[in-house]
Amino acid sequence: MFEAILLTVITASTPLVIASLGELVTERAGVLNLGVEGMMIMGAVCAFAAAQLTGSPHLGILAGILGGAIFSLLFGFLTLTLVANQVATGLALTILGLGLSGQIGEAFVGQPGVKLPPIVIPLLSDIPFVGRVLFSQDLTFYLSIALVIGINWFLFRSRTGLKIRAIGDSHASAHALGINVIRTRYLAVMFGGACAGLAGAQLSLVYTPQWVENMSAGRGWIALALVVFASWRPWRVLAGGYLFGAVGVGQLHAQAFGVGLPSQLLSALPYAATIVVLIIISHNRRTTLINTPASLGKPFVPDR
Amino acid sequence: MTLSEGPATVPLLSVRGLTKLFGSFAACSAIDLDIAPGEIHALLGENGAGKSTLVKMLFGVLQPSAGQILWDGSPVTIASPGEARRLGIGMVFQHFSLFEALTVAENIALSLDPRISLSRISDEAASLSKAYGLPLDPKAHVADLSVGERQRIEIVRALLQNPKLIILDEPTSVLTPQEADRLFETLFKLKAEGRSVLYISHRLEEVRRICDRATVLRHGKVTGACDPKLETPASLARMMVGSDVAEVHRDGETPLGDTCIEVSDLSVPARTPFAVSLKNISMKVRAGEVLAIAGVAGNGQGELFDALSGEYPVAEDEAIRIRGKAVGHTGINGRRLLGAGFVPEERHGHAAVPAMPLSDNLLLARSQSDRKAFLSAGFAAIVRHDAIRSATRRICEAMDVRKSGEDPLAGSLSGGNLQKFIVGRELDRQPAVLVVNQPTWGVDAGAASRIRQALIDLAKAGSAVVVISQDLDEIFEIATNIAVISEGKLSKAYPAGTLSLERIGLMMGGVHESHSIPEAAHAYRA
Repeated sequence: MFEAILLTVITASTPLVIASLGELVTERAGVLNLGVEGMMIMGAVCAFAAAQLTGSPHLGILAGILGGAIFSLLFGFLTLTLVANQVATGLALTILGLGLSGQIGEAFVGQPGVKLPPIVIPLLSDIPFVGRVLFSQDLTFYLSIALVIGINWFLFRSRTGLKIRAIGDSHASAHALGINVIRTRYLAVMFGGACAGLAGAQLSLVYTPQWVENMSAGRGWIALALVVFASWRPWRVLAGGYLFGAVGVGQLHAQAFGVGLPSQLLSALPYAATIVVLIIISHNRRTTLINTPASLGKPFVPDR
Repeated sequence: MTLSEGPATVPLLSVRGLTKLFGSFAACSAIDLDIAPGEIHALLGENGAGKSTLVKMLFGVLQPSAGQILWDGSPVTIASPGEARRLGIGMVFQHFSLFEALTVAENIALSLDPRISLSRISDEAASLSKAYGLPLDPKAHVADLSVGERQRIEIVRALLQNPKLIILDEPTSVLTPQEADRLFETLFKLKAEGRSVLYISHRLEEVRRICDRATVLRHGKVTGACDPKLETPASLARMMVGSDVAEVHRDGETPLGDTCIEVSDLSVPARTPFAVSLKNISMKVRAGEVLAIAGVAGNGQGELFDALSGEYPVAEDEAIRIRGKAVGHTGINGRRLLGAGFVPEERHGHAAVPAMPLSDNLLLARSQSDRKAFLSAGFAAIVRHDAIRSATRRICEAMDVRKSGEDPLAGSLSGGNLQKFIVGRELDRQPAVLVVNQPTWGVDAGAASRIRQALIDLAKAGSAVVVISQDLDEIFEIATNIAVISEGKLSKAYPAGTLSLERIGLMMGGVHESHSIPEAAHAYRA
């Protein structure tokens, strides 16, 4: 029983962690993309369609990543090249993604899906309990853990990561130092899109292997809240992702057992927790300065 | 058959006919400049003269519209800051291009070869900063550092690239005198190593003290090249401003009228751990009088200004009186309605909103005190844009505010021009009482003399003026009476003619009670 719940929590948390990590990199570069939900659902429909048509779930994963990344390019073009308002553009991207995915997915409604098979790691998976929970998972789970470690190293140890953080802190100074702000931000936006797409692919190939309209069901918004909840730190995204994922699963079980807690209250919990974290970090000027990308959401036009 | 003595040394950097146009506005036009190896070369000019635009072109941040840059005698195109660094040009910006969220070492690493490891950068920065007398902790976050320390990061960052030319843009404008002295020692070390320095400033004394040659800019054109050590401050100023800097006139004594602002036994506890508490402050300023309050920064000037302006009303209503009315409990607008005007110290963010145009800044300050002029009657109080625009124009004309466009953003004006606007915004109301904190801090000579003259003229017209200032030259130029603030205590006010510099210095150091006033023979103003 406990093991079953744990497995559901992992499956429910993985897309949150992946999408949130992508948005974390985007925001560390100073771009606020509120279109995570839209990119996620586009990833989900592309992944499902590709897997259905080719019969290969791995091609489906690839299609999900590409779908999310290409869709995010639209956001990049509007906000970085045409310097449109990031908040408005992000919201528009979500609305567009939800509509467009419904259109694309119309033919696939009710079709049987292709499930991404688990990868059972030899030896490790023989460890009692832990082996079945952690080492008999599908590709997306392993990827999510690798992304946490990789992004943490990349942002805080590599020189390119340093440049991304510098751009997020002050794009004008970064430009003055000769860093190509626009190009780096394009790449960061596309990385965010690719992660959101991968998260969407997990939804339509692992979580519920079928295509249902609006199947992202607000997970993109939770991923956005999660970035702030984690104060822009990858390991905290992992912890927060599992916390929020567990809350979601707990909500279902509570309903099943007829616990008298309104489900709306539980679904609001991630957002309430995010607000609490925001209050805590904004209390101290120093932690805010050091953790929050100072140029987040601000448009950048280089003077030439 | 020997050749002649050899060619004259090729200048390290030559600029020929460099021009930068913004639309139809020429920020720099046909600039010529030569910098020899191993010299400290000053680039002098008032705010808005085109100094920053010129150096941005030299560092590849801006691209010239016309003209040529020669490096070691051969023409080069500096397409980016990276290009400039490869040539051997290092830059220390006026507004630091530092990242607050990053550590010192990370900040430095950003402008270096990415193959060098962070730990090596930390070590090199530490040893370099020691060698040049610029102490720095590589692991500290920039957010925690003082302005002087932040400038050291910029200098060390520039030095790590082993540049042949270092450009410093107004480096001392943010430093204390002691920090500035340290910086000069560093510059002399650099010069001794054969590096060249392009030193941008509008501070004449400094330039005469450390620079070998000077190029003077005005309105984007070169107006003079000289050896600053052979010039007087007055002759340099003439090249900078184009005419003699208007000397401030106060012909004749103004008869003093009624008391306009009076403070009696005002004590205010410190609001924050870093604030100074005010202790038993009493003062009285009459119509026609300029009371200057001298003091070293951080002795309660800001707190006194807050109490006088009503930004933080005080506990005792009777402690402050404006034109006879007790106003201790009254807020800023209430005091303004009584005919008082206030100019705080911080231009950006306190006296003006940088991201708003001048007209909006005018409306913000005066929407209550000049409600009838700027808002329509009745409940709706619709903003009368035409009236505000014409008032903005009037203020800019009266104070000679130089700006681009009809109604630019406050933040786009140079410091001196914005300060002239902010002071003019209050003067335009002809206030009966004006309280100004640091009226000419960080302002060029021309703008400063304009502002000082305006303050004197206001007093002459029958207003009471309180000037809080750290600039003793300014105080002696404009004050009728002088008081000194130290550790939150205000001295008695003495007539300006009876005080010597030494005596004020002693008072600023906290020696308040002295029984004899020194003879006028020692007075600063003969």
